[in-house]
Amino acid sequence: MTLNKPWADFLDELGGIARFATRFFAQVFRPRYEGAELLRQCFLIGNLSLPLVGLTSFIMGLVLTMQLRPSMVEYGVESQIPAMVAIAVVREIGPVIIALIFAGKIGSSIGAELGSMKVTEQIDAMEVSGTNPFKYLVVTRVLATTLMLPVLVLIGDSIMLFGSFIGVNIYTVTSFPLYISQAMDSLTFQEFLPAILKTFFFGFAVGIIGCYKGFHTSRGTEGVGRAANSAVVVSSVWIFILDLLAVQITDLLGYN
Amino acid sequence: MDTLPAITPAPAANSPQSLVLEASHVYKSFGSNHVLMDFNFQLYKGENVVILGKSGSGKSVFIKCVIGLLQPDKGSIVVLEQDITSLRNEALDHLRAKVGFLFQSNALYDSMTVRENLEFPMRRHWLAGQQRNSESLVQEVLENVGLAHTINMMPAELSGGMRKRIALARTLILNPEIILYDEPTTGLDPITAREIGNLMLEMGRKYNTSAVIISHDMNCIKLVADRIVLLYDGKAYANGTYEELRRSQDNIVKQFFE
Repeated sequence: MTLNKPWADFLDELGGIARFATRFFAQVFRPRYEGAELLRQCFLIGNLSLPLVGLTSFIMGLVLTMQLRPSMVEYGVESQIPAMVAIAVVREIGPVIIALIFAGKIGSSIGAELGSMKVTEQIDAMEVSGTNPFKYLVVTRVLATTLMLPVLVLIGDSIMLFGSFIGVNIYTVTSFPLYISQAMDSLTFQEFLPAILKTFFFGFAVGIIGCYKGFHTSRGTEGVGRAANSAVVVSSVWIFILDLLAVQITDLLGYN
Repeated sequence: MDTLPAITPAPAANSPQSLVLEASHVYKSFGSNHVLMDFNFQLYKGENVVILGKSGSGKSVFIKCVIGLLQPDKGSIVVLEQDITSLRNEALDHLRAKVGFLFQSNALYDSMTVRENLEFPMRRHWLAGQQRNSESLVQEVLENVGLAHTINMMPAELSGGMRKRIALARTLILNPEIILYDEPTTGLDPITAREIGNLMLEMGRKYNTSAVIISHDMNCIKLVADRIVLLYDGKAYANGTYEELRRSQDNIVKQFFE
């Protein structure tokens, strides 16, 4: 039996990413540790994404509240807006939207950077300079995306709630402590924890796919553009697949 | 086949001659594409040997095998008395510190300044702080290539010739015994190409290096080559000085010198 080309390419890429991830786990705990480069990547990746995450989170919180309000008013549950927004933001909208923005901003940047390093022989130059390029370039970036996305999601969730507070105050007057108290009362630790845990997996997916695409770039500068583009597309799809898996697992474990 | 030029190496600069690189019966294939087939090569101390051949004939593949970026399928490559095909990790890195590689695309790190580019191999080979201060070493090597003023510039701010000089400086900073040049004058105008050729000779004398040079640029080859090896059909087809090969009546050799 032979597979048609798109399926064969898809499975080939899936196998490639799996092997690449296996190589990551084989190298991540082995010395030499690239601590300085890891910190630099954490700073760059977190710092690069923060303005965009902040702006989009604020708008998302504001718009979500303004669009929810008419229905909530109609059903006479306007006072439940903070609780509803908090649950939606913390459990689903925050992690997924911020991960998608992160994939667009950081996944493409990693794919393009490593891709251009590959086609201009900088990765080979690194190897002849006594450096394991996989460790120096891939392990540090994947760890940085895995660690930084949850931080960005926490910050983004907070900004979304602030945006929602502004949205509520366009129509009525509510104090910030009251708004936050109503929002937080609706959330339990069991809801908060799975939502944050899944962002580590989203961050890992963005990092590993961005690095895989960059590291396997071919065909010159055209390949660099293709690597950046497919890093975003593939990691965005994986964010949704992982989100689906996460919701199934939390459901099975009784956290829903 | 017509009469081939003598396969005797021309006398190297230093005497008595000592081998610093010897490749024996090297084979390398990519799928059905057999690039190197029983390729033999010797480099003596102080010698500049040019490997000449058609595009895609395996010249770059060979020097990548010499530095351990590629593994030959068969054969041995002895570099400074160590068989590079059997070295791993630290031992390989240690040997690489003694072998410089000038990439065709220069391979300067875009995200680093010239200073950081030059310091990178020193930091990675744990040489910073040894022998001399890295700062003075960077300054010295930049002065040697005539670009001391570029120390805080980014590679994107440099011209093609300047980038090539910086790449050479980065190669020289570890004081290697052998330098592998992958098409060092490709993409440069004839004047800059000549300057780079002269710089290669000057640095070779100053740092007492031996060199393997891949090139198609006949002017550069004439300038720098002590000896030329013609790689054809995966083998060392001819071997001799520039003049010996230029006078050859062999049809294949003649194609390169016409």
